[in-house]
Order: sequence, then structure tokens, then C-alpha cells
Amino acid sequence: MELIRLSALDLGLAASLVLLLAILSFRLSLGVERKLLIAALRSIVQLTLLGLVLKSLFAQSHPLFIAALALFMLFMAGYEVMARQARRFSGAWGMGVGTLSMFISSFSVTILALNVIIQVEPWYSVQYLIPLLGMLLGNTMSGIAISLDNLTHNAWQQRHQIEARLMLGHDWHKAIEEIRRNALRSGLIPIINAMAAAGVVSLPGMMTGQILAGSPPFEAAKYQILILLLISAGTGFGATAAVWLGSRRLFDERQRLRLDRLKSS
Amino acid sequence: MGSLTLKAFQTPLLAAFNLELAAGECITLTGPSGCGKSLLLRAIADLDAQHQGEAFVDQIPRQSLTGSEWRRRVGLLPAESAWWAERISDHLPRQDPSLLQSLGLPPESESWSVSRLSSGEKQRFGLTRLLLNRPKVLLLDEPTANLDQTNRERVEALIESWRKTQNSAVIWVTHDPAQQQRVAHRHLQIVQGNLQETTWN
Repeated sequence: MELIRLSALDLGLAASLVLLLAILSFRLSLGVERKLLIAALRSIVQLTLLGLVLKSLFAQSHPLFIAALALFMLFMAGYEVMARQARRFSGAWGMGVGTLSMFISSFSVTILALNVIIQVEPWYSVQYLIPLLGMLLGNTMSGIAISLDNLTHNAWQQRHQIEARLMLGHDWHKAIEEIRRNALRSGLIPIINAMAAAGVVSLPGMMTGQILAGSPPFEAAKYQILILLLISAGTGFGATAAVWLGSRRLFDERQRLRLDRLKSS
Repeated sequence: MGSLTLKAFQTPLLAAFNLELAAGECITLTGPSGCGKSLLLRAIADLDAQHQGEAFVDQIPRQSLTGSEWRRRVGLLPAESAWWAERISDHLPRQDPSLLQSLGLPPESESWSVSRLSSGEKQRFGLTRLLLNRPKVLLLDEPTANLDQTNRERVEALIESWRKTQNSAVIWVTHDPAQQQRVAHRHLQIVQGNLQETTWN
């Protein structure tokens, strides 16, 4: 079965739907038309570029180029996490907390999957590594962004309660325990919902893609299961790391609450 | 026991000063609102990063203790107490009906929900919560501001007896000149960013 190739006209038709939505947003004064169009444009440009980059990477697949692309994806994800925070950490921590957590979770899960589970030879071959890493980064990014936003938002809202506990000699773990738990929970809910709905309500993106490309549905389902499981593990470990790092940063060595380390965007 | 020593202590609103409070001694602190009284108490309890100087309880330097160990010894009662759980009892380390009673609170009040408390009740429960921690030094930020006369007298009597039996030093922020005279012999006043001491009899 050969993949039916899409023409510029086909994509143009799909784009006109988004244009229509932008007009609707304008008429209803939702105020998101600018954001919507910029985001749509970004996805068109970024995915076209990725397609071109991958095409040339497939041709020569030098490990250094692959590593550079992977790191670029990581830093973009780190930037996105930071941009979604209403109250972010100031200085290098603003991007550092999210980026480091995603590095720990997404990279290690991807490497584990490539070496131990799928056993690709060599493990860094572009065809497997970049799509896998992309899916892991994209999903852990959302989870970490939600968790961190929840953490800093609630720490700010409940600063009097946190300090009341510090005044009574509770240590910082105890003072932020409940907020930390909620932050982590909120970051995990989307992936839990996605797993629960997979195959019943939604046909996940990867499986759709493989079926469209002509893979046997059962093989596509197995890959999708693998991806969902990896994503949930990656999101969980990544959000845990981010919440731990973030909550640690909210206190100093004297266990004082340091909301001055946050700045509102 | 609980004496408090501050050396070259300095906050963003207050020039450097030294202060020596013997165990069992009470001193009041006054000054116009916004002059940095609460900030000073927070600094002594080591809740704000922006201050300098050394602090000791019973000659033990603050640096030798962790933040939470220090704050268990130096108990701060803020002007407004915050509550993080549903019931009063969730905030108390243990039960002490006689302590509640001395503040005019019935023994079953422990199971009350925080949301139904008046500001005066909050203030008295806040003091209960703090004293159950057995702090060696008390920093009180207007502890009777929301109380009627009966309860104000109860709080004054309780702190007086606590100070004498536990021998703990007390810094008491108040705006009431009559209360100043009643509870202490030494008085601190913040005047244009400086701490000045007066002694009356």
C-alpha cells in the first residue's frame, strides 16, 4: 500500500479551515485570532523545516548532527515550559528546572526504549530516535509545565499558610508537602486521561500515522501502546523531578520561603 | 529557660542595634504602622532573608541550628494567623484542655472547623498552637488586637504565667500605652528607623 502524497493545495484547504476559525474568533471577539494564526504558522514552518532536516539527516545520519537536533528540541521544550509559567523562577532557574527535568526523564526513557525494548541498530538511528524523543518531549513538556505552574501558583496563593508552618518549626518538606502533591497530581492527570481514552474515544496520533502510512493495524497498535506507556513514565518521572527541584528552590538553606525567587511574567 | 541576644542586628527598615533580653524578661515594642515592627519580628524568627546580624537563644548562636530548630525555640505569633487544614485539631501537636480553658475556649473547640472562627478566636487558637510547641522565646505581634476586655485579660494572664513558669523572654508589639505599662518594664520604640529604649516604673 502506497502513501497518498499530499499536495500544497490539500494543505491549503486545511489551512483555510483555520483561517475561518480565526475570522470566527474575531467576530466573537475571543481575542485569540492572533495567537491562533501565529501558532498555525509556527507549526507549518517548524514541521516543514523538521521534514527537510530529517530528510538530510536520513541521507548521512552523522551522530553529531542527531545529537545537535536532539539538544535543540530539548531547549525548545525547556523554553516552552518556561513561557507557560505565570510565575517563573528568575535567572537560569527559569529555564533550568524544566529543561533539566525533561533531560533526565525524556532522554533516559528514549535511550532505554531504543536500546533495550526496540533494540534498534545503531540505537541513535534517526528514523526511530527523533520521532520517539519528539513524542516524549512533547508530552513530558505539558506535564512538567502544568506541574510547575501549579506549584508556583499555589505556593504564592498559600504563602501565609506555608509561613505559618515554618513559624511553628515545621521543616520545608512538611510546609510544602500538600502543595507539592497537588502539583504532581495535576501534571499526571492529562496522560492518565489520554491512556484511559486511547482506542475507545481517541485514535492516538502515532497509530493514526502508521496506519495511514500502510502499516498493519496490529503492529501500529503495539507501537502505540509502547509509546503511551513510555510517555506516562517519562511524564511522571519528569514532573516529579521538576516539582522536587522547583519546591527546593522555593526555600533557601535557612528553610525560608523565598517567593522573591519568582517573577511574574 | 530562654534569653534572647541580638548583636548588630539590622533590617531594611531598622539601623543596626544590640539587644539583650534576660530569661523571663518582657519588653514591649511600639512605633507607627509600617515602621518595621513586624519585619523585625520576622527577621528574629529568621523568616526573611534580608537582614543582618547575629541572634542567640540561651547563648546558642542561630547559625548552629537549622531554620526549623531555631523557629521552634523562637516562637513568632503573627498579627494574623494562617491555617492550612480543615479542623483546629489538625494544627495542634497535642491536646491540652487546660490551656484552651485558660483562654476561655471549651475543650471540644479543638474539633471546630477553622472556617467558622471569628478573628478573636483565631488569635487565641493561634496562641494555643504556638505555646503547645514550648518555644523558649516569644515574639508576639499585637496578640490582643482583636479581643474584648475579658479575653485580653485572659491572654495577658496566660502570657504572664507562661513567662514566669517557663522563664522565657518575650517581645510584645502593642499600640496600647496602658498594656505597655501592664506587661513590661522595658520598652522599645522605633523612631525614624532607629530603635530607642525607655524604662518606666
